[in-house]
Amino acid sequence: MTIKKVSKEQPDKFEFNSKNLVLAKNILKNYPDGKQQSAVMALLYLAQKQNENWIPLIAMKYIAKFLDMPYIKVYEVATFYSMYNLAPVGNYFIQVCTTTPCMIRGAYDLVKTCKEKISEKQNEVSHEGKCSWVEVECLGACVNAPMMQINDDYYEDLDNEKMEKIINQILTGNKPEPGSYRGRKNSEPEENRKTLLDVRNA
Amino acid sequence: MKIFILPQKRGDWSETKTLCQKGKDWIINEIKVSELRGRGGAGFPTGLKWSFAPKEIGTKPHYLVINADESEPGTCKDRDILRFEPHKLIEGCLLTSYAVNAHKCFIYIRGEYVNEGKKLQKAIDEAYEKKLIGKNASETGWDLDIYIHYGAGAYICGEETALLESLEGKKGQPRLKPPFPALIGLYGCPTIINNVETIAVVPTILRRGAKWFTSIGKPKNTGTKIFCISGNVNKPCNVEEEMGISLKELIEVHAGGVVGGWENLQAVIPGGSSMPLLPKKICETITMDFDSLIKEKSGLGTAGIVVINKDQDIIKCMARIARFYKHESCGQCTPCREGSGWMWRMLERMAKGESSKDEVDMLMDVTKQIEGHTICAFGEGSAWPVQGLLRHFKKEITKRNNFDPLIKTNKNIPYLVDQHLLDKENVKS
Repeated sequence: MTIKKVSKEQPDKFEFNSKNLVLAKNILKNYPDGKQQSAVMALLYLAQKQNENWIPLIAMKYIAKFLDMPYIKVYEVATFYSMYNLAPVGNYFIQVCTTTPCMIRGAYDLVKTCKEKISEKQNEVSHEGKCSWVEVECLGACVNAPMMQINDDYYEDLDNEKMEKIINQILTGNKPEPGSYRGRKNSEPEENRKTLLDVRNA
Repeated sequence: MKIFILPQKRGDWSETKTLCQKGKDWIINEIKVSELRGRGGAGFPTGLKWSFAPKEIGTKPHYLVINADESEPGTCKDRDILRFEPHKLIEGCLLTSYAVNAHKCFIYIRGEYVNEGKKLQKAIDEAYEKKLIGKNASETGWDLDIYIHYGAGAYICGEETALLESLEGKKGQPRLKPPFPALIGLYGCPTIINNVETIAVVPTILRRGAKWFTSIGKPKNTGTKIFCISGNVNKPCNVEEEMGISLKELIEVHAGGVVGGWENLQAVIPGGSSMPLLPKKICETITMDFDSLIKEKSGLGTAGIVVINKDQDIIKCMARIARFYKHESCGQCTPCREGSGWMWRMLERMAKGESSKDEVDMLMDVTKQIEGHTICAFGEGSAWPVQGLLRHFKKEITKRNNFDPLIKTNKNIPYLVDQHLLDKENVKS
């Protein structure tokens, strides 16, 4: 269990914009009647996306009302799951995986680069709100270790130099290309394919 | 519609109707005969699990839930299925739903897999468009709706009952079993929960026959499995291979060998982080299937192979795994919530050589206090890797931590939580 800090500065108004309202109503249709509480995770994502990648308390209250459930239950969910940000993060939110498979391939070098280039501490927004970084647990791309996630995309097969390049790109306002940075295809062995040889794009 | 030609070229969605016409009992029996075991970690026979669901729909609807919350460190097999073979999964969903009487199927995918989820959604939309699922899916007369539900970064939601709680919009804290989800699951209705890899292989088994499937692998450990080989190997990769292949062959042939040569191998975690590690001596001869790994007091788990060579500090590696479990414990049961933190802190100190001699046995004791005393298998998952370390690398730990605490001579303190701090100050040099 991790302790998540709720931001001290909170906006006093939140409501879904018209586009998200339609999306939210569509999500509700996925679940049986009377089980609308199931949609809470999806709605928290919508709120997070709408509010610059973090969820203010007022949004939780709004969602609680929207789904006709107690506010504390929404709060419970928002604090339990690690992907809901309860305080502002950078426009480029960098998550570096440091669990063992990544660690033994040098994930802590990436952390060092983050400390030097972005901010000394985790979760500190720097460079005029451009980026912040955080150490996370396994992101499920162990074969492409070490790796990190920036917003929705995975950046794989990294090392110190490539990491620096990516951060420089972010700081100059360009979105770096996601995927493997050693030029290999997805998770196949580099120049060593021994299976499915007759399929070109397996 | 160029995208859509592909799945049929790969053999998906052919004969789906004929397979369904053979009947629910035939499907369940065929899977039973094929001896397919769940690919999510526990290795429970899939056909048997399906047969637990009520035969007729009673007052409550049935559900099929697909577990795509792949978060076990070392494992990334489901990601590739979701990205590149979504139609295999969707067709598997239809056949399974038909067999277990479910009209609704939820795919619970981990929140980080945003792009993978998008690809899967695209495939689902394609399938709806071609009337392969939806009303009268593939002209079988069966209605099926498939929905994606995103998780939000909680490892524990890979546990089936925690996954159901999460799907109901609550904190992902596991439920007590029994009742098992097959009878009382999602919204209190009969629910079958299977891993992505299990469901994705179902259409192929039905099409080619159980006999074909049992001809691959070993008895009781049939078929193929996707192995994820990561860590200190030259060419880390995902590869689908026969069950019962030798570990050495996997590493040497498919993953391009250990960094620094086979002699440089220290240990291998054979089945994702929650399975105890194996030292080099066992790695020489071990075959990768459920039963032979259990004999070595480990397990196949999710087949996420993490190779650790001699350049790594094995205690540090395990301490990092312990930190993972401390971070991911849901906090429901005391032994796991507190114990996972204890194990992490003790291992961190052991890695630095700051523990006293008798703490090594104390650590073993802590793992035994967690194992079997929790609602779900997370307790075992967090205790086993530490037990594995103590079983095979105790020498390494005692070599580094071999001082006696002076506190022994001064026992007038009745109870002290942070005893180790005093030990450190009072250490005999």
